[in-house]
Amino acid sequence: MTVEKLCKALGGTVVSGGAAMNENVTGYYCGDLLSRVMANAPKGCAWITVMGNVNAVAVALMAEAACILLAENVNPDPDAVEKAREKNIAVLCCGRTAGELAVAVHEALCHEQP
Amino acid sequence: MNEVLLLHYEIRGGDFIHAGESSGHVKNILKRLGFHPNLIRRTAIAMYEGEINMVIHAGGGTADVKITPEQIEIRLADHGPGIKNLDLAMREGYSTASDSVRELGFGAGMGLPNMKKYADDLKIRTAVGKGTTVSILTKVSRNQG
Ligand SMILES: Nc1ncnc2c1ncn2[C@@H]1O[C@H](COP(=O)(O)OP(=O)(O)O)[C@@H](O)[C@H]1O
Ligand SMILES: [Mg+2]
Repeated sequence: MTVEKLCKALGGTVVSGGAAMNENVTGYYCGDLLSRVMANAPKGCAWITVMGNVNAVAVALMAEAACILLAENVNPDPDAVEKAREKNIAVLCCGRTAGELAVAVHEALCHEQP
Repeated sequence: MNEVLLLHYEIRGGDFIHAGESSGHVKNILKRLGFHPNLIRRTAIAMYEGEINMVIHAGGGTADVKITPEQIEIRLADHGPGIKNLDLAMREGYSTASDSVRELGFGAGMGLPNMKKYADDLKIRTAVGKGTTVSILTKVSRNQG
C-alpha cells in the first residue's frame, strides 16, 4: 500500500510528502529509541513515533522506513521537516496514540484489495 | 565496478543537524554502484551508529571509507575521551549519554551492538584520553546466493 493511501486511511496530515507519498508500506514499527529502531524496524515500515526531530529523519533514511508517522499530534521540528523534504521522506502527523496507529496501519494493510 | 573508491569525511562534534550526512552519502554511492540492498542497509546503519557516537561522545572525528567490489571498509577515528571499559560499552543498554542526548532519542546503548550485528567484522581500538578508532567491514559475500 502506498504512503498516500495509508495517509488517507488514517486521516493524517502530510508534513512532508511529494514523491515520497508513492513509497510502498509493507509493515509497521513503534518506537522512540533511535538505535532500537535501526536494530528492529523492518525495511518499508510505517515508523510510528513521537520523535519529531532531525535525527529521526536520518534514522528513517538509514532504516529505510517507508514513512514516519508522528503519533499524538506531535509537531515535528522545523529542521526535521526541512530535512525530510530534502531527503524525500514522508512525514505524517496523526492525533492517535502509537498503539492506536499500529492497529490502524495493520488493519489498512490487511484490508487492502490486492 | 572494478576499481577502488576512497571517501573521506569530517564529522563535527555536537552537530546533530548534519549527523548522518556522511553515512547518507555513502549509502547513495553504494546504491548508484548497484550493491545488494541488504549490504547497503547494514553498511549505512553501522556507519551511522559510529558517526553519531563521534558526534555525541567524542567531539567529532573523521570517517574514511574504502569501497571495493568485494567489501566496504569504514574507519571512524576520533581524538575524544576513549572508552574506559570496552566490554561494558559493547553490552546492550550500556550508555553514558547525557539526559539532553537521551531526549533526542539516542543513548539506548545499542549503537555498538548494532554495529556488531550489521558488520561482518568490527574492530575497536581505544585509549582513555587519546581517542577511539572503529573499523567496520561489510562483505558482499554475505548477501549473495
Ligand atoms: N567514539 C566514542 N568515544 C568515546 N566513547 C564512546 C564512543 N563510542 C561509544 N562510546 C561509549 O560507549 C558507550 C556505548 O555506546 P553505544 O552502544 O553506541 O550506546 P550510546 O551511544 O547509545 O550510549 C557510550 O555511551 C560511550 O560511553
Ligand atoms: Mg551510540
